Amino acid sequence: MDQTPRLRPGFRFQWEPVQNAHVLLYPEGMVKLNESAAAILSEIDGASTVTEIVARLEARFPEAGSLEDDVRAFIEDALQQHWIMMV
Amino acid sequence: MNATNPDTGTAAAQSNIGPPLWLLAEVTYRCPLQCPYCSNPLDFANTENELTTDEWVSVLRQGRAMGAAQLGFSGGEPLVRPDLPELIAEARHLGYYTNLITSGIGLNEAKVEAFQKAGLDHIQVSFQASDPELNNAVAGSRKAFDQKLAMARAVKAAGYPMVLNFVIHRHNIHQMNDIIELCDRLGADFVELATCQYYGWAFKNREGLMPSAHQLEVAEREVNAQRQKLADAGSMMKLIFVTPDYYEERPKACMNGWGSLFLTVAPDGTALPCHSARILPIEFPNTREMSLKSIWYDSPGFNHYRGDSWMPEPCRSCDEKGKDFGGCRCQAYMLTGNADNADPVCDKSPHHDRILAARRAADHATAGLEDLTYRNTRNSREFFRG
Repeated sequence: MDQTPRLRPGFRFQWEPVQNAHVLLYPEGMVKLNESAAAILSEIDGASTVTEIVARLEARFPEAGSLEDDVRAFIEDALQQHWIMMV
Repeated sequence: MNATNPDTGTAAAQSNIGPPLWLLAEVTYRCPLQCPYCSNPLDFANTENELTTDEWVSVLRQGRAMGAAQLGFSGGEPLVRPDLPELIAEARHLGYYTNLITSGIGLNEAKVEAFQKAGLDHIQVSFQASDPELNNAVAGSRKAFDQKLAMARAVKAAGYPMVLNFVIHRHNIHQMNDIIELCDRLGADFVELATCQYYGWAFKNREGLMPSAHQLEVAEREVNAQRQKLADAGSMMKLIFVTPDYYEERPKACMNGWGSLFLTVAPDGTALPCHSARILPIEFPNTREMSLKSIWYDSPGFNHYRGDSWMPEPCRSCDEKGKDFGGCRCQAYMLTGNADNADPVCDKSPHHDRILAARRAADHATAGLEDLTYRNTRNSREFFRG
């Protein structure tokens, strides 16, 4: 099972200099993201599969070791929250 | 002029006051509808001199530079401002997440498309009921419902996320199932079932609007059952049911604390910690006279209820004061005559009996829709002429 996640329509991921953090913006709401959540969301582009996202993150953070479990857990959670959906 | 040249590095800006992450731009108090629970001030007709396009652009730029990320265009009905597309484009260009909060009256397909081109992120359409008869009676407009339905469909068809808002009161609270089914059919992403809070015109009409405890209990049960049904069907539609303060035993953390996250700019440029605060006997600064930064960090109005040194008992020694900040200053003012007091919603407040009396009155209320004072210019003039 290798699905392709995308942000839900109306959700926007962006850098906020004043908060010194990435945020997820949606109708009348905002979530301040920690670094790992931001790193994963930055790779969700509606074209890459979960496996590809994991591979890119492991290349970006070679010292972190295997990221498969963390990424899949985050994506599961983000799906539950309806921040993202599968293409 | 200060307002066009945001100053930098005031003393207070370096203190522990966080940035205003939410900016609410009330671009006008004008509105074609007459909802008797409008949160605008009773004397709104006394407010002329709306900020110009350039003045709004300056407010938007200053707010964004300070860290505001969420922007609401509200009113009144924001669509009556012909410069709205220009303001939306500027806001989006600055990086705001832009929300348009509208009755849908004055909207059409061409505008929906033009706003999208300008970069608008989201349109929230408000309804008054699930059927045309009640909707139009509450809105004081014969054609409102059909127009709202058409616009909700246009918003959806254009691909916006859709938030539908229903203000709930004793005359429509029996419609929960119908309302939720209507929203489901329209394909809403979020549905706000906002039980009326008693500010502005709603305070004036409280006896005629407040649901009884029994009505509220039934509604809550229906919403919960619908929520379960939606979850079972795999729906992404989220129901947000806002319960009224008057049926709580502890106050809400109003605006997440005074001057903590929210900054409202009223049509005439008056800057407020919340859209209701201009009723308070406090002098609030104006964006025409001060930079937004000085307003937020340095003005006496915004610093008035920051921290907790202003609190009298029972808040002062209360172990929950860091959680609810003593509740809502406007509610304290309206119900006790002194905005420093504990919000009477709290059962520790010596004025809590006023909330209990309002609940008892709601059990026996008989007023019909025709007995409410509708929000229009004629009625508003009564309030400032006295």
